[in-house]
Amino acid sequence: MEKSETKPAVDVSRIVRRFGDRTVLDDITLTVPRGELFGLLGPSGSGKTTMIKLITGIDKADSGKVELFGELMPQLKMLQTFGYMAQSDALYQELTGKENMAFYGSLYGLSGKSLASRIQSAASLVNLTDHLNKQTSAYSGGMKRRLSLAIALLHEPQLLVLDEPTVGIDPVLRKAIWNELTALTQQGVTIIVTTHVMDEAEKCDRLGLIRDGKLIAVDTPQAIIDMAGVQTIEEAFITLGGRQEERS
Amino acid sequence: MRIRALVIRIIRQFVRDKRTLALLFLAPLLILSLTKLVFDGRTVSPDIGLVGSASALAEKLEEQADITVFDTFEEADQQLKNGKLDAIIQLKDNKPDVTLEGSDPSVSRSTQLVLQKAMQQSATGDAPAVHYLYGGPNMASFDSFGPVLIGFFSFFFVFLLAGVSFLRERTSGTLERLLATPIRRSEIVLGYLAGFGIFTLIQASLIAWFSVQVLGMSMTGHIVNMLLINLLLSLTALTLGTLLSSFASSEFQIIQFIPVIIVPQAFFSGLFNLDAMNPVLQKLSYIMPLYYGADAMRGIMIRGEGISDIQLDIYVLAGLSILFAILNVIALKKHRRM
Ligand SMILES: Nc1ncnc2c1ncn2[C@@H]1O[C@H](COP(=O)(O)OP(=O)(O)O)[C@@H](O)[C@H]1O
Ligand SMILES: [Mg+2]
Repeated sequence: MEKSETKPAVDVSRIVRRFGDRTVLDDITLTVPRGELFGLLGPSGSGKTTMIKLITGIDKADSGKVELFGELMPQLKMLQTFGYMAQSDALYQELTGKENMAFYGSLYGLSGKSLASRIQSAASLVNLTDHLNKQTSAYSGGMKRRLSLAIALLHEPQLLVLDEPTVGIDPVLRKAIWNELTALTQQGVTIIVTTHVMDEAEKCDRLGLIRDGKLIAVDTPQAIIDMAGVQTIEEAFITLGGRQEERS
Repeated sequence: MRIRALVIRIIRQFVRDKRTLALLFLAPLLILSLTKLVFDGRTVSPDIGLVGSASALAEKLEEQADITVFDTFEEADQQLKNGKLDAIIQLKDNKPDVTLEGSDPSVSRSTQLVLQKAMQQSATGDAPAVHYLYGGPNMASFDSFGPVLIGFFSFFFVFLLAGVSFLRERTSGTLERLLATPIRRSEIVLGYLAGFGIFTLIQASLIAWFSVQVLGMSMTGHIVNMLLINLLLSLTALTLGTLLSSFASSEFQIIQFIPVIIVPQAFFSGLFNLDAMNPVLQKLSYIMPLYYGADAMRGIMIRGEGISDIQLDIYVLAGLSILFAILNVIALKKHRRM
């Protein structure tokens, strides 16, 4: 137990994932220490979601291993340790926002007063308090995204795994959500977030640039920009991606 | 507690989904009523044309048939061709000679039955005394296959609903999200069983009450046994439906299971008499859940059988439900290995 308290939140080593004869993730090694806001940046189809599924244990790598807090994945009891927001909103259309939250909350063992108060605080965090009693079929895309995020936050997990959390959310609320994520990491929560929006990426403590299943750079946003000798993350991505191609 | 959460969720979803509720609760009642109307009208009395003078036979016939007397065979024959008559009787050499319209076997049969009865009576004057072991002279064909239909509907609608619901859980991404929570695979299956079980129990009770009290289907056994069989049959349909839905990728593919899984069962469940079928093929019915359900339902409703008479059916249906449920838990491994 003592040992695992010093272990990083996420420790991925040499994972390979193939679909048929296509290698979607190719020999990826990555360590995310506790309390970090780590961004996985890459164009669509680069393997971000696949990576998320391997980290959470929803999918299993063909080779290599994944550890969360020092525990080898996949493992049933580890599913309690993280909050997950999938790329597609997994909501029950017939239920209200509150009922969706209550359902998922109960699956994580919340009940009674603590469930009710967690629902309130998670909903206010994503600005959904006024819409909790609406059926989610009447929600806009952005509202569904926010509800999914609130569900991931419900059981106050030590690790948050968010797959493209801010798609379809307006810029003002998007900024508020990023501020909230930063605040959470200050309380010691580890966050892994994927995005293909470059300007969001700069808010992360560290970034992993992923392209065609390969991790082409892992560092702070500024270090990545400096290394590429450019002005923005976007340019860095193009430059580094180009170099990668030259080498291979 | 996770099972409870799943049950509450399923109940909430159902209650909001009025169409599905109607399909589950009203559709079986509608179809049962229609079947009753079609098969259980008043016993039809055949229209018989009599050529020549009225005889003793005609007198006897009058009780069960509508008799019209014609002078010539040609006249009567014209009416037969126009569809006004079902049969013509004329005396040839003092022997009755019958011409049947013949395009509907069931009408031909009932006409012949009426003729036979009349002739027996006019010949000896003493009709044989007839006793029934089960049923009775007033039992209509609807009473005989009604119990099978009840079983069939419980099975059919629950199979369809469970299959589609579970498929939706998969295609909408909620199953994957569910599997990213600490819920066990077995808890998902049990939650579905319990959640849907509540609705299938209500459906079973509704169908049982409606068939006996409203449609007046003959019911000699105990209603509790009938409910038990209906519930077991629904649970088999539920577990089989969710199991097969993991081999479907769209609602349409669930529909494709109907001719493959459901319709053959209808054939083997006793709606049709299988005695004419190749005995080897007849044995196929032993692997069909509906065969056991229908057998028990008939036993209860027509022959008044008790628990001890239908225990084999109970064991088989319960066994199949448990088997399918376990296979469901295993099939979920495809989505999450632990
Ligand atoms: N279950 C799967 N079967 C086959 N190919 C898949 C599967 N999941 C993902 N892929 C492929 O892997 C690649 C990476 O997908 P994904 O991880 O979803 O990318 P991203 O999230 O970065 O957009 C894509 O080309 C996708 O088509
Ligand atoms: Mg993705």
